[in-house]
Amino acid sequence: MSARDNILRRLRAAPQGKAPLVPDVPAFYAAVSAATPPSTRAARIELFCEKMAFWHGEVVRVTAANWPHKLREICTAKGVRSLLYGEPSAHAEALKSAGIAGLKSYDRPLAEWKKELFEDTDAGLTSTRGGIAETGTLIVWPDASEPRLMSLVPPIHFALLDADQLYDTLFDAMQAQRWSDGMPTNALLVSGPSKTADIQVTLAYGAHGPKELVVLLLVNEEEVQ
Amino acid sequence: MNTQPLDFVPASEFKQRASGAVADAHLRKSFRGAMDFLINKRAAQFPDPVALESQRALAEHIRKYSLARLPELLEQLERKLTDNGVKVHWAENAEEACAIIVGIAQRHSTKLMVKGKSMVSEEVELNHAMAAAGIDALESDMGEYIVQLDGEKPSHIIMPAIHKTKQQIARLFADKVPGARYTESVDELIGIGRAVLREKFMSAEIGLSGVNFAVAETGTLCLVENEGNGRMCTTVPEVHIAITGIEKVVEKLEHVPPLFGLLTRSATGQAITTYFNMISGPRKPGEKDGPGEMHLVLVDNGRTQAYGDEQLRSTLQCIRCGACMNHCPVYTRIGGHAYGTTYPGPIGEIISPHMLGLNATHVLPTASSLCGACGEVCPVRIPIPELLVRLREEAQHDARPGHAPLRGQGAAKSRLVDAVWSGWAALYTRPAFYRAFGWLATRFRALTPPMQGGWTVSRTPMKPAARTLHELMAERTKR
Repeated sequence: MSARDNILRRLRAAPQGKAPLVPDVPAFYAAVSAATPPSTRAARIELFCEKMAFWHGEVVRVTAANWPHKLREICTAKGVRSLLYGEPSAHAEALKSAGIAGLKSYDRPLAEWKKELFEDTDAGLTSTRGGIAETGTLIVWPDASEPRLMSLVPPIHFALLDADQLYDTLFDAMQAQRWSDGMPTNALLVSGPSKTADIQVTLAYGAHGPKELVVLLLVNEEEVQ
Repeated sequence: MNTQPLDFVPASEFKQRASGAVADAHLRKSFRGAMDFLINKRAAQFPDPVALESQRALAEHIRKYSLARLPELLEQLERKLTDNGVKVHWAENAEEACAIIVGIAQRHSTKLMVKGKSMVSEEVELNHAMAAAGIDALESDMGEYIVQLDGEKPSHIIMPAIHKTKQQIARLFADKVPGARYTESVDELIGIGRAVLREKFMSAEIGLSGVNFAVAETGTLCLVENEGNGRMCTTVPEVHIAITGIEKVVEKLEHVPPLFGLLTRSATGQAITTYFNMISGPRKPGEKDGPGEMHLVLVDNGRTQAYGDEQLRSTLQCIRCGACMNHCPVYTRIGGHAYGTTYPGPIGEIISPHMLGLNATHVLPTASSLCGACGEVCPVRIPIPELLVRLREEAQHDARPGHAPLRGQGAAKSRLVDAVWSGWAALYTRPAFYRAFGWLATRFRALTPPMQGGWTVSRTPMKPAARTLHELMAERTKR
């Protein structure tokens, strides 16, 4: 008998009372949202910005037209000498035409440039699949063009987030984007820069991952403040 | 670098260590302060008690439902993960779990394994096994890194270095980290740890992690963290090994948000952690990073014993938030090390007997005043006080009829205690004897011994009243 067989046999031998009903998670969230005022786009944007600021993330409201220009300004202000991006991606062309210094593409397997990624890359720009207003959270699904470490290793993480893709809750995002139909090899929720309170419960940012998180929130012209 | 294995102290010496800890003013101050901080942060996350109860009810329901279907869900998880390219291993006990991991490490000629936070890896004493095989196993969670550097064990499941002051950590880094200067700035101390560990993430052949939730329908392992070291361990090294207890599986992805929301709020009073890392497989062709090879080790180590009893099974509902220890008056006074087990506090008292047997642990369920705080804050409503009473009973008696004996069943049985209870029962069930006993005890109260064993160590002696309650009531009715 293998360990697997023994474990499963012991589990199956255990007495089972009445089987519990299937938990109705959708009904729970429906009841919660029925008890709160209907969510609007403006309210989601407002709440997302407030929560992200609480996590020490910066949110900059940008438009589809001006974001590369804004990003260049921020990079200059922060002294970013090299910015990592992914190709092919929806934003690569606009980014390349913005004249940002030190642009480099994540175009090789990690093993070929691990040291450079860790030691000589100031910032990374990734797209996002959406955001969660309730908790101030980004949904990041790395893939072949935007690999996993882009949002982890460089000290600054820039994330492009379309305000159209803001959801009220994690549950809403999962349902609307039908996550259970198929998950990527790695999917992430990111709420602020990396942090720790392991020394005397004192909060410190930049534990192992980015020290700064800057969200470029794509909004309409009239929503830019 | 220091990856020395840690010496474990037997849980049976709990009482001596607890007395030592209670007398340590510094330790009590750190724990009191930290626990108050966590208690207040948690409370701030749950302003509406009605909403909290409905969240707890749902979370309990999800956990009970998952446990009721555990064998099928484990098979489904295994199938899904295998399809996704993950190798699934099963281990009945700690030795098997360690052998599996050492085997994988040796196949890859591993010199260094970096570890994300995993309580199960501590439970199976993986670092010992790795050291015996000549492989460095380096903890990378800041708190775990600190305690490992000092040759200690974590004192809290969420905040491993909670017992240390920043001055102690400053001294430790200055002494043990090459090139580090003495600094009491927390930012600088974290910066030192970050620099050391980034080097290690780059050079390690294997990354090890725990699992917070394993989703059967998609074959997804979910990891909750703030620091990013978990993501490093699961992404940078060529091989990722995840290790988890068999109870962590849920059926559907939609079961995760309610549990995740309660986990972080109950643990550290955060609405969400910085990272929620969902891993469903090794890198696919064309992907440029992530491990090329992935393993999951499913560990039993006594969990099936708890599962075999319908009452004790609720122990396995636990999502390891640590709220029970934060709110425990005993834990707060003695800290995590006194327990001598991987899991301290109330959850440790109810889970350790299944992992280590009642022989070694029968004293742990008695380390509670049964105040009920642990059960009240538990996000998945484990009736911890009831389980403590049940385990005390199992330690004192033979197995109930129709129940299989637990490991170490009856370990605390004592002839003297049995004789005292039978004597008391004989007295209490015979009214004439009982009245005679009451009369004697009250009339000869002056003869009560001033030293009453353990009771008088820190309490005034017990003394019968001048009149029995029966007599007082009789006088009242006369008047």
